[in-house]
Amino acid sequence: MKKALTAYLCGTLFGLGLNVSEMINPTRVIGFLDVAGVWDPTLLLVMVSALVIALPLFSLIKQCTQPFFSDHFMLPTKTRIDLRLITGAILFGIGWGMAGLCPGPAITALVSLSVEIIGFVTAMLLGMWLSMQWQKRIDR
Amino acid sequence: MLVYLGKFDLWNSLDDAIPMVENINIIGGIAGGILIGLAASFLLAGIGRIAGISGIVGGLLATCAKNEITWRGLFVIGLVSGAIIYRLISGNLPIQMQASGWQLLFAGLLVGIGTNLGAGCTSGHGICGIASCSKRSITATITFIFVAILTVFIMRHVFE
Repeated sequence: MKKALTAYLCGTLFGLGLNVSEMINPTRVIGFLDVAGVWDPTLLLVMVSALVIALPLFSLIKQCTQPFFSDHFMLPTKTRIDLRLITGAILFGIGWGMAGLCPGPAITALVSLSVEIIGFVTAMLLGMWLSMQWQKRIDR
Repeated sequence: MLVYLGKFDLWNSLDDAIPMVENINIIGGIAGGILIGLAASFLLAGIGRIAGISGIVGGLLATCAKNEITWRGLFVIGLVSGAIIYRLISGNLPIQMQASGWQLLFAGLLVGIGTNLGAGCTSGHGICGIASCSKRSITATITFIFVAILTVFIMRHVFE
């Protein structure tokens, strides 16, 4: 129950942050990426201020033996920079640049019920599913 | 009621004070970033999970375990709730698309494949991963920001 409530409240806070910072507006995001146009540094401000908060808090939290409402931390275990990481980041970068939407803002923007956002999120879910199937096949 | 109205007016006047200069939203950017940083930290402290949206959503497609579905689903519902709360307090935020229909579908597919293959997106690698000083995340973040800048450059300044 506490675990569920924490997840919901953190999601809400995260979604609120994406709205307050206007990151759900693709024009803001593309404005940041368009360094040769009229540059919009808002996204940089968002990342830097999120990191100013998260960097010290993460290192503090990780010193604890366990989280408040769960038995253990579930953290990424991979440390090697492999081909999948780089290929994935490149493909994601192309899609992000084309649309100005990444997964968090896209899902948060579903609130608009716009056909374009729904289409983007559906295609994104399909992409995730395809990638999972492909990786399962390769890893077998 | 009076108290509620009072709060509402305060918020509106604060909102008016935010510099809505065309090409930067300083207060919104900083305040939003702080909220996002806090949300990621609380999720880690509370349930020991990384607030990477692509990972959370991808997990929904990959698992049938009930407790996994519950927290992931609630986080995703929370994202939309945050947007609803913002709309109730501050009104609708513009969502101005830059890409056409087919471009959006293709971009969505690439974002889905890329974040799943690369095990993270702007939140997972860009915020949580860098906050964890992970070399993988720092590499991924530099890569996708660079590629996205290049993509926008090509689409806007080479083919336009």
